[in-house]
Amino acid sequence: MQSFAYAAPETVKQALDVLAEHQSAGRRVQVMAGGTDLLVQMRTLDGSPRTIVDIKKLAETNRLDVGASEIYIGAAIPGAELSASKPLAVCLPGLVEAMDLIGSTQIQGRASLGGNLCNASPAGDTIPALVADAGVCVIATPGGQRELPVEQFVVGVGKNALKPGEFLLGIKFKRPAARTGDAYLRFIPRTEMDIAVAGAGVSVTLDAKGVCTAARVAIGAVAPTVILVPGAAKALIGSSLDDKALDAAGAACSAAASPISDKRGTADYRRKVVAVLCKRATKIAAERAKETR
Amino acid sequence: MSKVHVETRINGERMEFLCEPQQSMLDVLRDNLRLTGTKEGCATGDCGACSVLLDGRLVCSCLMLAVESGGHELTTIEGVARGDELHPIQRKFLEHAALQCGICTPGFIVAAKALLDENPNPTEEEIRFYLAGNLCRCTGYDKIIRAVQDAAKTLRGEAA
Amino acid sequence: MSEAQDFKYIGRRVVRPDGVDKVTGRANFGADFALPGMLYGKVLRSPHAHARVKKIDVSAAAAMEGVYAIVTGADFPKVGSEEITGGEGAGDFADLATNVMARDKVVYHGHALAAVAAKSNAIVDAALSAIKVEYEVLKPVLDLDTAMADGAPLVNDKLFTAGLKEKPTRPSNVAAYMEFKRGDIDKGFAEAEVVVEGTFRTPTVHQGYIEPHACVATINQGGQATIWCCTQGHFDVRSMTCKVLNLNVADVRVIPSEIGGGFGGKTTIYLEPVAVMLSKKAGRPVKMTMTRDEVFRASGPASATKCTVKIGAKKDGTITSMHAWLAYEAGAYKGSSMAPGAMCIFAPYNVPNFLIQGYDVLVNKPKVAAYRAPGAPQSMYACESVLDDLARQLKMDPLDLRLKNAVSEGSVAAYGPKFNAIGFKQCLEAAKKHPNYKLKLGPNEGRGIAAGFWFNAGMQSSAEVHINENGTVTVVEGSPDIGGSRASMALMASEELGVPYENVRVLVADTESAGYNNVTGGSRVTFATGMAVIQASRDIIAQCKQRAAATWGIEADMVDWKDGQAIPKPGVNADVKPLTLAQIAANAGRTGGPLLGRASLNARGPGPGFSINMADVRVDPETGKVDVLRFTAIQDAGRAIHPSYVEGQMQGGAAQGLGWALNEEYVYDANGVLQNAGFLDYRMPVASDLPMIDTQIIEVPNPNHPYGVRGVGEVPIVAPLAAAANAVRDATGIRIHDLPLSPPRVLAALEARKG
Repeated sequence: MQSFAYAAPETVKQALDVLAEHQSAGRRVQVMAGGTDLLVQMRTLDGSPRTIVDIKKLAETNRLDVGASEIYIGAAIPGAELSASKPLAVCLPGLVEAMDLIGSTQIQGRASLGGNLCNASPAGDTIPALVADAGVCVIATPGGQRELPVEQFVVGVGKNALKPGEFLLGIKFKRPAARTGDAYLRFIPRTEMDIAVAGAGVSVTLDAKGVCTAARVAIGAVAPTVILVPGAAKALIGSSLDDKALDAAGAACSAAASPISDKRGTADYRRKVVAVLCKRATKIAAERAKETR
Repeated sequence: MSKVHVETRINGERMEFLCEPQQSMLDVLRDNLRLTGTKEGCATGDCGACSVLLDGRLVCSCLMLAVESGGHELTTIEGVARGDELHPIQRKFLEHAALQCGICTPGFIVAAKALLDENPNPTEEEIRFYLAGNLCRCTGYDKIIRAVQDAAKTLRGEAA
Repeated sequence: MSEAQDFKYIGRRVVRPDGVDKVTGRANFGADFALPGMLYGKVLRSPHAHARVKKIDVSAAAAMEGVYAIVTGADFPKVGSEEITGGEGAGDFADLATNVMARDKVVYHGHALAAVAAKSNAIVDAALSAIKVEYEVLKPVLDLDTAMADGAPLVNDKLFTAGLKEKPTRPSNVAAYMEFKRGDIDKGFAEAEVVVEGTFRTPTVHQGYIEPHACVATINQGGQATIWCCTQGHFDVRSMTCKVLNLNVADVRVIPSEIGGGFGGKTTIYLEPVAVMLSKKAGRPVKMTMTRDEVFRASGPASATKCTVKIGAKKDGTITSMHAWLAYEAGAYKGSSMAPGAMCIFAPYNVPNFLIQGYDVLVNKPKVAAYRAPGAPQSMYACESVLDDLARQLKMDPLDLRLKNAVSEGSVAAYGPKFNAIGFKQCLEAAKKHPNYKLKLGPNEGRGIAAGFWFNAGMQSSAEVHINENGTVTVVEGSPDIGGSRASMALMASEELGVPYENVRVLVADTESAGYNNVTGGSRVTFATGMAVIQASRDIIAQCKQRAAATWGIEADMVDWKDGQAIPKPGVNADVKPLTLAQIAANAGRTGGPLLGRASLNARGPGPGFSINMADVRVDPETGKVDVLRFTAIQDAGRAIHPSYVEGQMQGGAAQGLGWALNEEYVYDANGVLQNAGFLDYRMPVASDLPMIDTQIIEVPNPNHPYGVRGVGEVPIVAPLAAAANAVRDATGIRIHDLPLSPPRVLAALEARKG
């Protein structure tokens, strides 16, 4: 009977080697960062044995760089650390608040941005914000590295674009231009601890007069994957984010959504609420845009 | 199945144990190390009864593999009291009747300790959101929040 | 008894005697025990909501290394039909036995049909997967309407409805019909000037205790068994386990651990007989714990219901007639909480004409168990909501409407007896005067009030008071401490004996060390076990008087007991110094032997409890989310022995009631499989969901208790459901009938009104 094994490599090369070695021996391998999704799934969905490759010891998965032109967030950094980073909160407050919404303080002590993305839940809270902020995935491959825009990374329910033997090192972003703000809002029935029933991540750039010159709107928990909604962006760009533009953006989000009805909400409800969240998140993002230099 | 040998520090004491790679820290604490103060309420990270501090950071021990504790420091409920004396948080929980059945209490005390170590002067809202991952079914949270507020005052030196 | 009394210890907010162990993690709960050589046991559960079990093949599992025992229904004796009394739920022992371990049929998803004991949990899991079961899958019936309809698939094709006037000829999912009547409702409705009606549905909910069921059992080759378990009633664990396994109660010792919540859900048995059987086969102790998933799927939730209430009244608010039609889901075996629900529904009011019709209905879901004031939250939710609508129609303050019809001392209760002193009117008056009732509300905000009631129980308790050689006191009682009752017992012993609280210790003893005790439930412990403690203390005082008299050479009836001392009565000519309890105890061997006081009783005269709750909510008109801004609980406690723990009951019950009203519900799929069997999607309130819960304790002493105690534990969960729903009605202008008032439901109602 196959059993579990655990490895905690210290370099990227070691990690890639462990993945390759166990895979070619016919063992199931799984990469782990914070483990807050993995351990739950092992216990409740599929407890079959595998080699767990812990990537928390790698420099590249722990590095947080908020630079003048680029931001890099290592895949294994726990949410508690991201929330504590003032420079990150200045540039990408929406992303930070999305990460911060996941679970409880205890979950925040372990759960990572990279893990939330790789888990690829339709309701993953970080993903709409990652997409709105135009994040780019930095992936370790046996041959080196490759990059992939975040909106192409999640390919289905619980499915990501990683090939066997690859793992996520981190996510990078261009440092937002001046007068750019982002925000993420989700709807949950309680005040904490729930999986998002619907979510909206928005990034807007304003000119000196408050007219929107750029926008990205991404919606979550209303389709198998997060959806970038160009129609919503179009409704915002060129407007001063008045109610008419917001309503149109919201409507575009409702139209783009293809939600299901499940124990967390009905399709109809999700479609309605995602529009509300788009509008509210856009307002917050706009306020933040006005405050930045 | 081959077991892993792990060396770690728990409540300031060097400890070692053998465990399966897939065993959670919670299971090892309770079954291998007989530190049963940390409780299992759900094993899926939704109730906080298994809360411990990992290198001072609040985590659910049910969502941590025991093997991951190697080389790290854990604090469990058994390590909160200072030798012969209760920690002010523990005292205040008793004074405020912030426990009824007591099963969630170890988790809350560990979580409250993490909160007050980080933020010595939290507002009521901050306390409630910080502790949202700790479920209590008996108290309705009211007296727990008051106990934490009072403990914060004591730790700030403003009261006994 | 009980006029205004000056108490020395009663009413003080002392630190509970078991507190230090509980804040340091030393206290042992159900899963904290281990014995040398212990094995781990786990249950195999049905993947079907309704099926015949054709064959169970355990051979592959039995052959696995590390597997020590396997049991199935075939290993359990047949148990005859016999009504279960003395617990907090209704039911039959034959049903209990098959619920513990299915025989030829499984009747809900998660129903136990086999169990394995092995060296580790990993081996147990592997062995369970290796057990092969052949099922003949049957159609499940999963809701009230379907179950009650003609031609419904039957959960039990041998069950005939009890309580009908004409004996039924065909089996039914309706296990029982009950009727409670007074006067003539048609006449009453004809006299009414306003008639209001509503039909309300409540979902299946769970007690939500944080500690899963757990036990360790060991039985030796002589048939002597010991069970450690978390339970609200260890004597019931003993009697129920012995019934299920056909054992002699003399041979079974049950040791109650600390209990991490029960709320009624731990007044029955699930794992204990299975653990004993596994231990018997294995020859080793066996530990069994439920996972959280198993707790939700396979313990005993609270009934889903459909309740229709119709109320007729005069324009001045006087109620002339009330009609209630109540259907309660019992789960797969008969015995829901319909009867107490029916008895409580109109209890706060003087109603000249009423008819209450109740149905106990089977569905292919787990058998329900008691949940805090079982039956009352559901039925009173309906009545208190209709009363709110009536108050609106009459343009009357809802508190005034209730005051107009409120029962008081001397009223004949809707459920039969005449009320002694009760505090309903006092709660209503207090609510009217409460500052929270006058606070201004903002946009999208609303306020709702509702009344709560529970009879409270007496039942049997035994207690001993031992005086130690240094005059300290050990109270030995047998009521598991679910919420601080040790402190109350110590306070009562202190008060009675006149010794400091710090001198008193309280032990919750096991079935071999304590006299018989009924379950900790029914809000009875402070009342009934307290009464036993008081009587046992008085027994000690009588003995002390005798010892002092002997020492002084006078008659015992010339001795008084005051402030912990024996003194001669005034006027008695004796030049003696008072004798303290410590002195008498030190000398006890020479005056007759150890000082041991005892009492055992079936406590009569529990005091019914009433409450008024006020909820303020804000509704987000774009998402339907309901936020609780403020909550006020006013309740008559008779006498608050320990005010902090009385407040705690009020606050905890409010939180459960609000969860029930706003977000908690079992979600089943079409096959009867529970979809939300975890704390993630079974949404109980978290700390950030609630405000501080304001409490006001009213004290109208219960004349039947030496200190005036009334039970307080269950009343608090009853009123919050309607208080929250009435608040949402106030905030939105819409009466939403079905619970929970989850955001999708509220938004749909708001949108329907727009369109």
